[in-house]
Amino acid sequence: MSSYLLRGVSVLGAAPTDLALVDGHISGTADSSAEVIDASGLVALPGLVDLHTHLREPGREDAETVETGSRAAALGGYTAVCAMANTSPVADTAGVVEQVWRLGREAGMVDVQPIGAVTVGLAGKQLAELGAMATSAAHVRIFSDDGFCVADPRLMRRALEYVKAFDGIIAQHAEEPRLTEGAQMHEGEVSTRLGLTGWPAVAEEAIIARDVLLAEHVGSRLHVCHVSTAGSVEVLRQAKARGVRVTAEVTPHHLLLTDELAASYNPVYKVNPPLRTASDVHALREALVEGVIDVVATDHAPHAVEDKECEWAYARPGMVGLETALPVVLSVLGERWDLIADRMSRTPARIAGLTGHGTDLSVGSPANLTLVDPSARRVVDPAELASRSRNTPYAGTTLPGRIVATFLRGVPTVLDGKAVK
Amino acid sequence: MIKHLRSAADLDAATATLILDTAGEMAALAGREVKKLPTLRGRTVVNLFYEDSTRTRISFEAAAKRLSADVINFSAKGSSVSKGESLKDTALTLQAMGADAVVIRHPASGAPHRLAQWVDGSVVNAGDGTHEHPTQALLDAYTMRSRLGRIDGLKVAIVGDVLHSRVARSNVLLLTTLGAEVTLVGPPTLIPVDIAAALSKTTKVSYDLDSVLPEMDVVMMLRVQTERMQDSYFPSAREYSRRYGLDGPRMRRLPEHAIVMHPGPMNRGMEITPEVADSSRSTIVEQVANGVSARMAVLYLLLGGKA
Amino acid sequence: MAQPRADTTTKIILSASDLHRVVDRVAHQILEKTSGATATVLLGIPTRGVPLAQRLAARIHAFEGIDVPVGSLDITLYRDDLRLHATRALGKTELPGGGIDGRRVILVDDVLFSGRTVRAALDALNDVGRPSSVQLAVLVDRGHRQLPIRADYVGKNIPTSLSESVRVSLSETDGLDEVRLTGSDK
Repeated sequence: MSSYLLRGVSVLGAAPTDLALVDGHISGTADSSAEVIDASGLVALPGLVDLHTHLREPGREDAETVETGSRAAALGGYTAVCAMANTSPVADTAGVVEQVWRLGREAGMVDVQPIGAVTVGLAGKQLAELGAMATSAAHVRIFSDDGFCVADPRLMRRALEYVKAFDGIIAQHAEEPRLTEGAQMHEGEVSTRLGLTGWPAVAEEAIIARDVLLAEHVGSRLHVCHVSTAGSVEVLRQAKARGVRVTAEVTPHHLLLTDELAASYNPVYKVNPPLRTASDVHALREALVEGVIDVVATDHAPHAVEDKECEWAYARPGMVGLETALPVVLSVLGERWDLIADRMSRTPARIAGLTGHGTDLSVGSPANLTLVDPSARRVVDPAELASRSRNTPYAGTTLPGRIVATFLRGVPTVLDGKAVK
Repeated sequence: MIKHLRSAADLDAATATLILDTAGEMAALAGREVKKLPTLRGRTVVNLFYEDSTRTRISFEAAAKRLSADVINFSAKGSSVSKGESLKDTALTLQAMGADAVVIRHPASGAPHRLAQWVDGSVVNAGDGTHEHPTQALLDAYTMRSRLGRIDGLKVAIVGDVLHSRVARSNVLLLTTLGAEVTLVGPPTLIPVDIAAALSKTTKVSYDLDSVLPEMDVVMMLRVQTERMQDSYFPSAREYSRRYGLDGPRMRRLPEHAIVMHPGPMNRGMEITPEVADSSRSTIVEQVANGVSARMAVLYLLLGGKA
Repeated sequence: MAQPRADTTTKIILSASDLHRVVDRVAHQILEKTSGATATVLLGIPTRGVPLAQRLAARIHAFEGIDVPVGSLDITLYRDDLRLHATRALGKTELPGGGIDGRRVILVDDVLFSGRTVRAALDALNDVGRPSSVQLAVLVDRGHRQLPIRADYVGKNIPTSLSESVRVSLSETDGLDEVRLTGSDK
């Protein structure tokens, strides 16, 4: 087994030290055969964990595969990603989630933890075989119809109750479908000007409000995907104050970008939920710092060129995000390393039940970590992305921080900013 | 001079006035025996229509032909477009054909903006989704100016389904740029959110047609599609026309000089009664004739100089 | 207008009083050549041809008491050099009440240079009616014709080089009456 000695690394911004990675764990000492990496000026973070990744396989391998998405994740500093269920076929059976899990193992760049669909075919009519997915080799714990909302309140209640048997969690895509028919962007001043059908904030807030009450009523865990509005933050704040077992995520793009970008009608800025206003962005940032929002999740959503190089209304919503998430968060939060580690590694790992991830970088812990050069600045070039898709909203933007190396159980997946395989 | 006309917001007051003045000259030329002008000889104008709109297409076609441009009509029906060719691929085809201007009508808001990113020629928005229809606003402004002598200071009510109306958006932008005061009137369900902030700070909103009529110089009635009933924007056609339709008694609440406009096609009996549509206040027929002049002016100003 | 640069010279070719005398003379010549301006229409080419046509009509009236109809003929839409410049605003075309069919049209312009403006005016005229004949009156002929066109009435012939420019000012459009020649010393 290989071993590495990271010389002069700053763990979460602390004073430089040496970190030995031996046999997949962090060790007190390294022997003389250890490969030495000069890590001076680099910050070590526990390997990032993404609760919300679309890997597109099976079904849209032209947009992304488990392998290309895993590589993008590793390059972004991730050691584990949760793969959303809206593939084709939908990940609503043990067979599909095991396939995705196996593909992740074969790629070997990050731990790919499949998310199972809540309902058969994401159709919102009938529960999928949640128990079978939970006891499959993929050990599914998170269930989500992401892309669609589990809109039927009775079905949502049943799902929340049912997964208690195996400590599951329902991750809700909060979007009241009747309030967002034909919706193209945030409903507000800009949608009025652009003549694009609005996606009102209340369509998200109403579902979150209903779901926290349902979760409270049945005593279950609820996770809210991609929270995007100031109103949602208030609903979550109140629910948490009452002790409801709810967690929530925000995407990097909702922490940085606003609906004004739609004025170009370039669908690279089309995403669901849509980019909101500057005051929403402000509220989301505050909520993330406070802990009302628990984690940053990418909602990495690769799309083929033809699904974006078209009219706004015909474009698919979504942005790639794995390779830019940490730089965006750094630009938003600054070098608050412990906070970043919490929101991007520890807490998502805990929510997903990924025990080998998100652990402190102390002796004996699994050597899942990433090294960041905080002084570097990079202009985002879509052509350089490892993702198979190019739909980044940050093309030409200068972002702080460069992911220099990532280790998965002591083995480098990224070195010198390049994927090892 | 501007390169594209994608939105009425592309026009500042000076440019808009220049277009209206030019339209006036074009209208004067329309009265003579030889209507054709050699101005755009050798230039190619493509009418790229993804929606059926015979009136608008014919108006643009007549405008381009009177200026001697070569006109190519490229309609979505019976072309590669209906076989699923993307807008971008179509744009590259038009580019290869050497289109100097593309007049585009499209059901998706913002399609002209996308097109302008892919072609070198000028792009003229002939109506995009629920966004804008800037040449309609120009012909409406021209009609107002012809009838009332000015636009600055006019009080204009735009009545009906503002939410889905590209005519309304373009008119609010253009008329306020030219100094008119616009009041949007309709049921609250059909007035888009934050309209004043979105388009123009001086825009007012009213839900009560009767109360605004006595002050207006112009009332522009918008077409209201009965399908909107199914989406609960209003309860019934009867209730809509009772509250927001323009009939004879309502028309008589207007000042003596006030005019009634409609972009067409009308739903007679829904938003406007035949008595009003056929009255001497109605400019509906003039608007059609003015459409050709306004579009000639736009084509001349976009294509009549150095590219 | 750009200010003359240091290495350019400006020469006044016609002062206000010269200009008035020249207009008077052309008015007399028109009366003479057209046997008293019968069945004649003056069409000024915007911008400065229009006030010149009006002045000619006024002088003809003053000399002989004859009212010659005056109009304007904008030629912008007929120009052959549209693509060489930014888009031009249109001038006015206003034909006198009796029209031009069967009449003698005298086109009036300020400067005759390449002849392309007159070519465009002939095309424009062709689209608005059928005059019995067309004549041309200009305040200044500066030479350098590019087309087989000549003027019937010339206020002043000014030999110029191509690097020079002739600038006609009229009180109606520019606030003063004057013709200047601006050009390089070299």
